[in-house]
Amino acid sequence: MPLIQMQELNKKYNSGKVSVEALKDINVDVEENEFIAIVGPSGSGKSTLMNIMGCLDAPSSGDYILDGAKVSDLKPNRLADIRNRKIGFVFQNFNLLPYASAYENVELPLIFGGIGPKRRKSRVMELLDRVGLADRAEHKPTELSGGEMQRVAIARALANNPAIILADEPTGNLDSVAGGSIMEIFHELHRDGATLIVITHDRQIANNIPRVIKLKDGLVVDSL
Amino acid sequence: MRHLWYLLRLFISDFNKQRKKITLTIMAIAWGTVSIIMLLSFGEGLKRQLEAGNTAMGKGIVIVWPGQTSKSYKGLPHGRRIWMKPEDMSLIKQRIPAIEEVGGEFSRWGVDIRYGEELMGRHCTGVTPSYENLRYHIPMQGGRFINQKDLDEKRRVAFLGNETAEKLFKGEEAVGKLVYINRVPFTVIGVMIPKEQTNMYSGPDNEKVVIPMTTFGTIFGDVYLDVFIFKPKVSEDVEFAKREVYRVMGSKYKFDPNDERALHMWDTIETQQIMTNVLLGIQIFMGIIGGLTLLVAGVGVANIMYVTVRRRTREIGVKMAMGAKPRYILWEFILEALMIGVSGGFVGFLIAGIIIRVIRQIPIEDEALKFLGKPVVSVEIAVITAIILTIIAFLAGFFPSRRAAKINPAESLRYE
Repeated sequence: MPLIQMQELNKKYNSGKVSVEALKDINVDVEENEFIAIVGPSGSGKSTLMNIMGCLDAPSSGDYILDGAKVSDLKPNRLADIRNRKIGFVFQNFNLLPYASAYENVELPLIFGGIGPKRRKSRVMELLDRVGLADRAEHKPTELSGGEMQRVAIARALANNPAIILADEPTGNLDSVAGGSIMEIFHELHRDGATLIVITHDRQIANNIPRVIKLKDGLVVDSL
Repeated sequence: MRHLWYLLRLFISDFNKQRKKITLTIMAIAWGTVSIIMLLSFGEGLKRQLEAGNTAMGKGIVIVWPGQTSKSYKGLPHGRRIWMKPEDMSLIKQRIPAIEEVGGEFSRWGVDIRYGEELMGRHCTGVTPSYENLRYHIPMQGGRFINQKDLDEKRRVAFLGNETAEKLFKGEEAVGKLVYINRVPFTVIGVMIPKEQTNMYSGPDNEKVVIPMTTFGTIFGDVYLDVFIFKPKVSEDVEFAKREVYRVMGSKYKFDPNDERALHMWDTIETQQIMTNVLLGIQIFMGIIGGLTLLVAGVGVANIMYVTVRRRTREIGVKMAMGAKPRYILWEFILEALMIGVSGGFVGFLIAGIIIRVIRQIPIEDEALKFLGKPVVSVEIAVITAIILTIIAFLAGFFPSRRAAKINPAESLRYE
């Protein structure tokens, strides 16, 4: 069974009298250990699709099944649990808490997951080590470079061993060298068995990703 | 622990961003706290002063004056004068187990008392030793009150009200000195401690001259009690005790036990209860006024929290994406509001404590101000203030927090 199944998924936004159809009849399956790029011009519905995949938003109609569970029916508390355990987010602008150290930022999902202090400590150090920032644990985000911040964010996303990693333009705010090293980490994670979905504008990045989903005006298309 | 530390830093980070606003709000909370504490503690001081004045005559006692019958009874006509004798005191104590202690007095106005060349007319009472506790005739250090032996031997000893002693002796030591009461020599055995007395009959106690009842009878020839006093074992039994006194005395002196004019009774327990209720009402009123002041400060806290929620919208989204439950977000903001409340409350408690301490140091001689000038902070006041403060801070945090917890994570992540 696929990890993600989307069937006839629609998303409409209503703002006053105007209603915008952000996604139209999306049918996408994602298997375990797939590495997918979602590409498309701005306004094509990429972010909306990612929000629904990440259980941050609910579809207007259609089914979204994640790891066997029909997400569209769940209550806010269960959705929070799913985001905590099954999904790791990486954002374009990192979204680290500015007043907390790298260590604490990575610790956050573990706290929300109810992990005890001892296990949290070893897990955080393991994660920071994996992204090569073990020596930066006590640094605040402002004391880190963009690439380092994004690596902290990746460590945070991996905290609870999620089933799927969702990255929204992860290299968008980085220079090509830092961006390259971030993509390197993603490819490594993919080799280790992770399932990854990355939104990107960058054609070159998309070209290195095995499967590409193209979106245009809320529809999945074959070519842009 | 980690949670608290993390929340504290969140608070500090917010504080740095809204420094002026948060400081002002903390001051507003402090002011609200100060006003609640001040109002309540002035109320408490007033209450204690009034209660002290009220009970200076004696606590939990009933004062009885023999009167005239108003009903004919067993062939006897109405309008008969009732005369109580000293031995009725032991009769009542024997017959009515609900009564703890009894006392009685002979009394007379315009009795001459002289020390050296100082002469004055005073109200003089001849009393039983039980007056020491029943009527708070407490001697100052170095003196004593009239005892049973004084009574048995009809000793010529006198216990003076402190005002009388002051005027007579002008600061000189009174105990052991010889005074003349209606030209009969008496030894002063004690002087009453000063007391603020607001309830009284036949003048304040501090102006009296008190001698043993038996001596009084010998000198002035009194046989019948002017006043009789009893104290029930428990205040709740006062009504029963009163009925019993009517019954026992009625059967001895042949009057209808329902004839309330045969014996006039002043039930101080009842009047003290009414007083207590009135004062409680005043306390509650003052608490409400203080609470309203604090409520205004609470609006300030709510305003700050709304701004904070709006400013942290994106952060809330990030936390939700990381798996924070709405409940967690809710408590994070409520605790932050409580922190503002607690900081303000702490400052308020400190300021109020200092103000009250200073006021209590000011010596006040004025009769009216004496009742207001002694604010008292009790544990109850501190607890009540803390509870009101917490409730207001909680509510001020709750509504903004609920808004934060309802934020749609997808939208908040787009928020700039």
